[in-house]
Amino acid sequence: MKRREFINKAGLTTLSTIIGAEIVYGINLPKDYSPLALQDPDPFKMFNKHKEMVVLNDKPWNIEAQAHLLDDAVTPNSCMFIRNNGLIPKDIDAKAWTLTIDGESVTNKKTYALADLKTKFKQYTYQLTLECGGNGRNEFNPPAKGNQWSVGAVHSANWTGVRLKDVLEDAGIKSNAVYIGYHATDVHLSMDPTKEPISRGCPISKALQDETLLAFKMNGEDIPIAHGYPLRLVAGGWPASVSGKWINRISIRNKVHDGTKMTGTAYRVPCEPVAPGEKVKDEDMCIIESMPVKSLITYPKTGAIINEGNTLNIRGHAWAGELEVRKTEYSIDFGATWQVCRIEKPVNRLAWQHFKAEVKFPKKGYYEVWAKATDSNGVSQPMLLPGWNPKGYLNNACHRIAVKVK
Amino acid sequence: MSKEEDFRKYIKKVYRLTALFSGLFIIAGGILVIYSVNPDFFNFRKESTTPVYVAIEEDEDTIENGIHVRTGLVDAEGLMTVVNNCTNCHSAKLVIQNRMNEERWNATIKWMQETQNLWDLGNNQSIIVNYLVTNYPPPELGRRANLSDIDWYELKD
Repeated sequence: MKRREFINKAGLTTLSTIIGAEIVYGINLPKDYSPLALQDPDPFKMFNKHKEMVVLNDKPWNIEAQAHLLDDAVTPNSCMFIRNNGLIPKDIDAKAWTLTIDGESVTNKKTYALADLKTKFKQYTYQLTLECGGNGRNEFNPPAKGNQWSVGAVHSANWTGVRLKDVLEDAGIKSNAVYIGYHATDVHLSMDPTKEPISRGCPISKALQDETLLAFKMNGEDIPIAHGYPLRLVAGGWPASVSGKWINRISIRNKVHDGTKMTGTAYRVPCEPVAPGEKVKDEDMCIIESMPVKSLITYPKTGAIINEGNTLNIRGHAWAGELEVRKTEYSIDFGATWQVCRIEKPVNRLAWQHFKAEVKFPKKGYYEVWAKATDSNGVSQPMLLPGWNPKGYLNNACHRIAVKVK
Repeated sequence: MSKEEDFRKYIKKVYRLTALFSGLFIIAGGILVIYSVNPDFFNFRKESTTPVYVAIEEDEDTIENGIHVRTGLVDAEGLMTVVNNCTNCHSAKLVIQNRMNEERWNATIKWMQETQNLWDLGNNQSIIVNYLVTNYPPPELGRRANLSDIDWYELKD
């Protein structure tokens, strides 16, 4: 190695020792790129996250909530999970940001400045529940590959933006349109500029729903950078990976979108059920669409000790993908008997619903309070793990908390 | 005699001056050679970052209580092979939380090579996979595990 090269590399190696990982692809770094980790290595400060959030992965960032952190009716940024597939884009200039609508099935390819999107189209606000397709993965047996999410990869925030359908219709949708696919400015982990970390999408029917937004505000403020500033696609009720962050292009496709993490085994489950651990060919895997019915006890935190004779007030949220939750129940005897909880209507379609109940215990001892939701089609959460799948998606098994009566 | 002495002094002066100029010439030449090979050598502002590099690198692979501090990986046979091949693109946290058998790790490595620009691991592949299945074996979870690690607390009304 020439001395000159060595000294140049030494600079980057210095950086990499500070952030705790060697940057092998240092040579390929875009000229002005310095890894975000260097700016502030504390993710809780950097992303304004609650100190009890759990960091599963720091390259890329994957951070989840715990059940009791999700007690708010509308999830604040501090308790929202982060699931990134690549590196967060740097030096985002919202003033210069544009969104291009293209693809085989667009009538007129068009590019909109972000400012024009905000003024040209009517704005809407919806509370939308986004759950990671792999939420609950850590319970699958045999273990499934990927970030080992427990229960906290779900949130329901208020999103403000314009309807995707208004923008797509402005550009024009040809009659042969099948799917949309998004493209974004995040950087692949290998720093290979020809690779996209993720480029997913949804059928045109989902894209044209009223609640599918091109959002620029979250909970009334600019979207935080880790959640997609300045522009995010938000498609409530579907795996959160459909809701692409930092998007600058949407393609109207005449076939199922074939971007990164649309193909192979990503965000797919076996088309036909398989035994735990069974091998499944790529062509036998089907794309996940609506998420299944699920619920979470957000109060009290697991581990509560109460005095004999006292009533325990429990509460939480329930959601059901594209559907509505019709009923929530709780059990303190491992499902032998179920009691009904009171449940509220959603504030709008695709927002989670709040349930509560007062729980009495017959005598002292160790209990588990289990919650179970049933959707508008009459389908309930399983108490055991649902069908095993190679990538560990769609675990909607009942949530439970431990309680001691003394 | 005085003429001879003067001449000798004169010669000495010439000799000293010649030596001085030759010395200066060699030093200047040396500087020029270094500069032509590496123009950054004389950029002292840039150089000042180098000592940081040296200081930190000393702790780069510290082991504490059997854990490689920088990555959190268990100190066991094959550790540095794993560190050097598996923590460049993604965090070691992703390695640690995934529990797979030999066959599935090999399949995962193949997938990373096909889609994520991972290089050919050669003989290191068996060292890496052996390290992973030995130190991070898949747990037997059953269809639903007991609740564990419960942090008990008195609930006030």
